[in-house]
This record gives sequence, C-alpha cells and structure tokens, in this order.
Amino acid sequence: MFDGYLLSVLIWLPIIGGLVVLFAGDKFAPRPLALAVSAITFLISLSLWTGFNSTGYQMQFVELMPWIESFKINYHLAVDGISMPLILLNTFITVLIVLAGWEVIKNKPAQYMAAFLIMEGIINGVFAAQDAILFYVFFEAMLIPMFIVIGIWGGDNRIYATIKFFLYTFFGSVFMLVSLLYMFSQADSFAIADLHDVKLGMTPQILIFLSFLIAFGVKVPMWPVHTWLPDAHVQAPTGGSVILAAVMLKIGGYGFLRFSLPMVPDASSELAWLVIFMSLTAVVYIGFIALVQSDMKKLVAYSSIAHMGFVTLGIFVLFPIVANTGSSEGTLMGLQGGMMQMISHGFISGAMFLCIGVLYDRMHTREITAYGGVSNKMPWFAAFFVLFSMANTGLPGTSGFIGEFMVILVSFKANFWIAFLAATTLIVGAAYTLWLVKRVIFGAVANDNVAALTDINKRETFILGVLAFFVILVGLWPQPLIHVMNDSLVHVIEQATTSKLVGR
Amino acid sequence: MLTSTLIPMQFAVPDFAPAIPEIFLLIGTGLVLLIDLFLKDSQRFITYVLSQAVLLITAGLVIAGFNDIYLAEAAQVTGKQSITTFSDMFVLDPMAQILKVAVLLITAGVFVYSRPYLFSREMYKGEYFTLGLFAVLGMMIMISAKTMLLIYLGLELLSLAMYALVAFRRDNGRASEAAMKYFVLGAIASGMLLYGMSIIYGVSGSLHIDHIAAYMGNHEVMQNIGLLLGLAFIIVGLGFKLGVVPFQMWIPDVYDGSPTAVTLFLGTAPKIAAFAMIIRLLVEGLGEMVQGWQQILSMLAALSFIIGNIVAIAQTNIKRMFAYSTISHMGFVLLGILAGSELGYAASMFYIITYAIIAAGGFAIIILLSRTGYEADQLNDLKGLSTRHPWYAFMMLLFLFSMAGVPPTVGFYAKLSVIQAVVSADLVWLAVIAVVMSVVGAYYYLRAIKLMYFDQPDEKDGAGKLLEPAKAGLDFNVLISANGLAVIALGILPGTLMALCVMAVKASL
Repeated sequence: MFDGYLLSVLIWLPIIGGLVVLFAGDKFAPRPLALAVSAITFLISLSLWTGFNSTGYQMQFVELMPWIESFKINYHLAVDGISMPLILLNTFITVLIVLAGWEVIKNKPAQYMAAFLIMEGIINGVFAAQDAILFYVFFEAMLIPMFIVIGIWGGDNRIYATIKFFLYTFFGSVFMLVSLLYMFSQADSFAIADLHDVKLGMTPQILIFLSFLIAFGVKVPMWPVHTWLPDAHVQAPTGGSVILAAVMLKIGGYGFLRFSLPMVPDASSELAWLVIFMSLTAVVYIGFIALVQSDMKKLVAYSSIAHMGFVTLGIFVLFPIVANTGSSEGTLMGLQGGMMQMISHGFISGAMFLCIGVLYDRMHTREITAYGGVSNKMPWFAAFFVLFSMANTGLPGTSGFIGEFMVILVSFKANFWIAFLAATTLIVGAAYTLWLVKRVIFGAVANDNVAALTDINKRETFILGVLAFFVILVGLWPQPLIHVMNDSLVHVIEQATTSKLVGR
Repeated sequence: MLTSTLIPMQFAVPDFAPAIPEIFLLIGTGLVLLIDLFLKDSQRFITYVLSQAVLLITAGLVIAGFNDIYLAEAAQVTGKQSITTFSDMFVLDPMAQILKVAVLLITAGVFVYSRPYLFSREMYKGEYFTLGLFAVLGMMIMISAKTMLLIYLGLELLSLAMYALVAFRRDNGRASEAAMKYFVLGAIASGMLLYGMSIIYGVSGSLHIDHIAAYMGNHEVMQNIGLLLGLAFIIVGLGFKLGVVPFQMWIPDVYDGSPTAVTLFLGTAPKIAAFAMIIRLLVEGLGEMVQGWQQILSMLAALSFIIGNIVAIAQTNIKRMFAYSTISHMGFVLLGILAGSELGYAASMFYIITYAIIAAGGFAIIILLSRTGYEADQLNDLKGLSTRHPWYAFMMLLFLFSMAGVPPTVGFYAKLSVIQAVVSADLVWLAVIAVVMSVVGAYYYLRAIKLMYFDQPDEKDGAGKLLEPAKAGLDFNVLISANGLAVIALGILPGTLMALCVMAVKASL
C-alpha cells in the first residue's frame, strides 16, 4: 500500500488529520477522530516494518523531489534500520497518548489532540528526512506544538518551563544550522548522504562536532544541559511528558548516529572522551539526584537523563575501543545497546509517566509523601507499576535489561573504570526506583485520599497492558529489533572509523 | 501595445513604455486628489476605492510588462534583461518589476488594514490615501532609478509624504514629536546621502550608476580617499533610511508616536524601496568597492541584530518592540547584501519582501486590538487574545513565529538564505552572531505568544464583559487570513518566490 510515498503519508496524514481535528473543534468528537487518525497512522506505519529489507544499509522507501531548487534543498525522505524502529515507536506511542488524554483533558480537547497529531507527523519527518535542511525544519517545527502543549495544559509553573524548553532547544539547534550551511558550502549539497562523504579539515570538524553536540546534547539531554528536562516534564501534561520522554529525547541519540559520527568521524574520535565523561556523569551523578527527588515526575525525569546517558555512552564508547584494540571488532554491541536502550526507554519511560498520570488524575498531586499503600486500593495498577519499575532498574527479562547490559559489557573493552561507573546504575537505579515503589505502592494506606482511590479502568488497563506486553516482549526476544538495525549500524561504524580529513 | 523598436537616444521624445505604471500612478493620484476635493466626509469611501483601484491597476500594468518584448530584446543584446529610458536615467528590469509589485500590493493591503483604524479616529481623510499614493510613486522611482539624482528625487518624494503622514494626527503631542524627529533626522540623512553622492560625482564625473561602475572598474578604488569618503557618507545616509544601528534612534520613537495605521505603512513598503536603493547604489554603482562596504555593513548588521534584539526584550510597548525587532531584521537584510554574491542579493530580496508581508500582518493585529477611544500599544493588550478571538490569535502566532524564524514559517527561509549567503562568503563569525541573536529574539516573540495563549484576559468593560477586538470588515478579515496563511504557505513552499528572486537578481545585476 502507498508504494513510493509511504513516508509522506506517515508525515502528512497525522498533520492533516490534526488540522481537521483542530478545525472541527471541541463539539465534533475530537477524541474519536484523533484516535482514528493515530490508529490508522500506526497501522500504516506497520507496513514499514513488513516491507523493510534488513539486509544492507541502503536507504529504503526513498522519496526524492526538488523542494527549493535555488538552494538545492530537496524533499528527500527515506529510512534505514536506525530510523525505521523509531518511527514505529512514535506512531505507537501517539495512539497511547490520545487514549491517555481521553477523559483527563477537559480544556480545549480538540486543540490538545491536534497538537499531538501534528507533533507525530513532524517527528516522523525528523526521522525520515534525508536532506539536512528538511531535517532541520522538522527538528525546529516540533518545538511549536510542544511549546503550546506545555504552555496550555501544563502545571502551575508551565510558562517558565515551556519558554525554557523552547529556548534551550532553539539555542542548541541554531549552531547546527550554521554547521549544516558550512558543510553545504563545502559539499554543494544538503543531502545527508553527501554530507557524510564531504572531506573536512580537523578544525572545522571539531567546531561542527561541538555544534552538533550542543544541538543533540540538549535534546538527549546530556549533563550539564539537562536542566530544562525536569522542568518541562514536571509541568507538561501526561501526554506531553510521554511523548517527550519516549520519542523526542531519542532524536538526540538519533542525531549522533546520523550526523555526528558519519559526518565528523575524526572529531568524534578526538572528543569521544568528552561525551563519555558527560554520559558517565549523567549515569552516576544524575542517578544520585534522582534519589533525593520528592516529586514522582521529577524522579522519573532524572532517571530518564541517567538512562539516556547509556545511549550516548554506547555510541561513543566505540572510539576508545578502536583506539585500544586497533579494530572496530566488537564495537557493534555498543551501538546496538544504545539503540535498544532508546527503544526500551521509549516504552518504559512512557509507561512510568502514564502510571504517574493515572495517580495524578486521581489525587492531583505528584508528591511522593502524599502516597503510600496504593497497592491496597489499586492492585492491578500496583502490578503494572512494579513491573515497569523493575524494567526501569534493568531487570533481566524486561527490555530495560538488554540495552544496559550490552553497553556495560562493551564498555569493559574500552576501560574497566568506564564499565564500573556505568554499572553503578544497577545499584543507584534500583535504589531510586525501588524506593519510589516502596513509598508509593507498598505499606499501609497512608491517608484518606489514598483510601478513596479506585483501581484503573479498562482504558488505562489497556494502555498499560500494551506497554507491559512490549516491555516483556522486547526483553525476552530482542532479536528481530537487533536484526533490523544490524546492517545500518555496521555501516555507521564503518563511516565513523574512516578518516575524512582533507589530504589523507 | 509596444510594437516599435528601441528608440535611439538622439530623439527628443523619450520612450515612455517602461514608465507607464509610474505615469499612470501619477495621473491616477492627481485625479484622486481632485475628486477627493469635491467629496463630503460621508463619501470618503469613494477616495478609498479609487486609491485601491489606482494601486491595483498600476500593479497590473507592472505585471503586464513582465514579458515585455523589450526585456527579451535587451536580453539578447546585453545578456541582462534591463532596458533604460529617459536618457538612461530610468531602468526597468525584473528586479524592479518584482519589487514594484510587492510595494504596490503591500500598500494596497496597508490601506485595507488602516481603514477601520482611521475610521474610528476621525482620521478617515483623503489625504491619508493620496499621501500614501505619492509615497508609493516615490518608492517606484527609487526602485527604477539609474542615476543618483533620480534616486534622491524618489527618496525625497517618499520622505516628504511620510513626514506628513507621521504628523497626520497633528493635535497629538506624541505624534507631533515623532514627526519632528523623523523630519529632522530624515533631513540629516538625506543631506548625508546627497553629500556622499556629490563626492562620488566629483571623483567619477558622472551621476549615472553604470558610468560610476565603469569608472570604478578602471581605477584603484580602495586607495582613493575621496571615493572612500563618499562611500562612508552614502552608507550613513542609507543606514539612516533603513534604520540600522547606529542610525536607529529615530525608529522606536517614530513607530511609537505615529498613528498605528501610519506605522504599519512606514514599517513595510518603504523598506522594500530602501533595499532597492541599497542595491542600486552599493551593488550596481559601487560594486567595485565591495571590500569597503562589506566591512562597514558587517559591523552595522552585527550591531543591529545585537542591539535590536536585546533592547526589544526590555520593551513593554508592542509598537516599540516591533520597532526594535525591525532594526534587527534590517540587520539580517544587510547580511545578504554584504555577502556580495548574487545568491546573497536574492536572499536579501526574499527577506525584505517576506518581512514586509509578515510585518504588515503583525501591525494589522495591533490595529485590531485598538478600539475607538483606546489605543492598543502595550504588550499586555495581547493578553488572552486566544480566548477573545482564537483566529486572530492564531494569525498573530504565525506572524510572531515567522519573525522569530521558526520553521515551517517563511521567516525561517528568509533567515536561512541570508545566513547561508554569509557562510559561503566565509563570514562564519557573523553567521554565529546572527543565529545566537535570533535565539535572543525568539524570547520576546515567545513572550508575546505566551501573553496571547497562556494568560487570561483581564480587561473588562463597564459591564464586566471581556473586551472584544475591534469589529473589522469582511475585507480586513479575508486579507488578514490570507496574510497569515501566506506566511505558512510560503513557509512550506518557498521555492517559487525564492526562484523568482534569484532569477530577478541574475537577470538584473
């Protein structure tokens, strides 16, 4: 179906659907309409998976049209093994977000649903774009719906949070734009594949790498530019937190794989220590910060930063290994680990935020001290919450285990201490997550409000059940995912270990 | 209508054909002026309709000239699609045509937007429209001028009309102050420009742009102290007219003091004419001195978007905020010009045209917020607009995001193209300042959006009801919607306008 323009459909169907929902207004059943659009988009996106040829790294489902000819900018879409799973993650999560906002959002539901549908299309565009400017357009455009979502449906301090979110990301990305324009002046093309091939000297490479690091580092977010994330997460409505944690953060990791490593391999190798240092700081230091949070959402937000540290660690640990052993053998597992961590974190963090949303909808507080003994009143919910918490700590058998395990394993090849520090997450992560579970779920019923809680309804059970299914499925049987990404990641490693300095 | 071949220059009768739109505009304006004299106040609508008709017919005449056989013939002879007439003083080329159409259509839009404002303030007089038409004539002459003298004449025609318009509300102290400032500073700027022109004339021996360029080609221009002095004076004059730092002081006061309808006019179409003037003088005339003006313009541009954007943050008056934002936008326009490449000129042209479209929309929303007896000029007047009128708020959202340069609005491509031009001119440092400053700029645009969308309206009228925006006519509503949607449509498909600008620059310069 949709041969030759499948990706366009995945981008524009939700955007147009979102506009229809927007203009149809609150009276014309915005919720079912939005659900239909997102469900159809998800079903269509499944044909990406079925139609995908996982042998070879070549781009697939290519669409190429001139867009702004005077500037050689093309409407160029395609996916490979790296971006395809992320698109599926996005279309899948959006369905859940629409469901999650079903009863909760009473203020301007049509605009709420429309914002998420439009965001879905734009994020698909980010992952599918094969033209640097097209990528940048989607990358920036994504900020507008998110800005509005946090600003309108957010918590008390939403305006501070949303402006901080917007300016942080905008600030990060403008440097990337200058870099892209500079590379255009060298390559005379905006095609990402051409930018992969252009020769660059060391100084430009370093500067370009740093600009990418700012752009994607803010997005991931990496320590020390992570401070917007806790604010944005805490203030955003549940749906906003979910899309932010589950999908938007992945754009940072994706950017490192698609831009930094292949375009400026020498600078990446030169500055890998910096990224590894930042990643380990995120894993260890942010882990401890998560421990002391009194707000559930903030706790999960900080744990997101720590988990995303594994993604960047897995990607960049490649370089010390190559430096140590002289060959790229065995580094693949690091990238695979990073990718698995991204997908799995998409499910788990989404689920954690949805769980907190379930509690918040009933109690209207996120303070951990306000809860206690929830399992007595909400046994089903407690079961799900414990499962996702276990996945969050990286329990074997859940998806959280795969990525972290692979990254730690591969880190040993680089340096014992890198692996050691990364492995502390198993303790710290367990500490903050399980302590959260203990304080919220277990124990005696803490107060009358908790005593009045009702267990999750069918809609909520369905959302959490689906996520639980995937968390366990990916945990037990990661092979199909790893297989799909394999050749593309091998290609990235090839590109990242091939010097493109001028004159060599 | 044009069947004869090019008339040789020794004939006493010049070729009127290239100037038909201007001639029509002059006659039309004269007629409107005469007719208006015999109209009662209640019949002022006729003046408005006639003025619009004159503008649109003039635009039609310009467009009709697009595929002029003359241009094609000229292209065969010189490789450039430009023809000159009136002893080579007047030039018609694709760039001039596109800029003129932009000026005419934007002015027509400005008239539509101004009408409710003028009406509710007893300023609905024929003079607004006739002065506006004369200003348009001045702009068209500036765009097509090929000698320095004609450029100056066009500029003065524009300026005099604008001085009178700014002083239109003569019993208002702030308006008079603004008019005074504008007049004095404008006169100084004109003097500077004229002085620079006279020096260039003294050195090169000609007022004609092409002759000056030819003289430059044969001499060591960067060693010639006279020419450098002339260049400096010309840039000061141009800087004043465009309103870039450090010649920006008049902009906030004039924007703030003028009636909003005049600010709307002042902030849109004349910018396009100023762009044409810079291209004619610096690029066509003093193109050989590119090293000289590139350095000066780099400084002016960098200062403009640094000071414009940072000072705009401190503003609570939305007209002043827009004034400072204009200053920063003019800095961006300079970026494309100082890159010194065809693509850069095209980028600046794209920038100035789209900026005029966006700014017209932004000021139109301010006009809407004003009511009889109430002048909306504070940022807080935007509060809760999305609750009071969601559609206007959405349009304003588009304009503001576009000014901030966020895709997928057209403002992004404008910024992208000028920044690309400076990056390919190896001025990466300037590009970095530009993008950092556009992040600073994003802050105050976001603050305005925040006021519209995230804050609740707090103005109540006597009966405790929320104040509605002024009632606007159908023409206003259609135009503002078209304006807003153009911002997004040009953002999704900027290719055509961009290609048009590139073509025009390639064929003209």
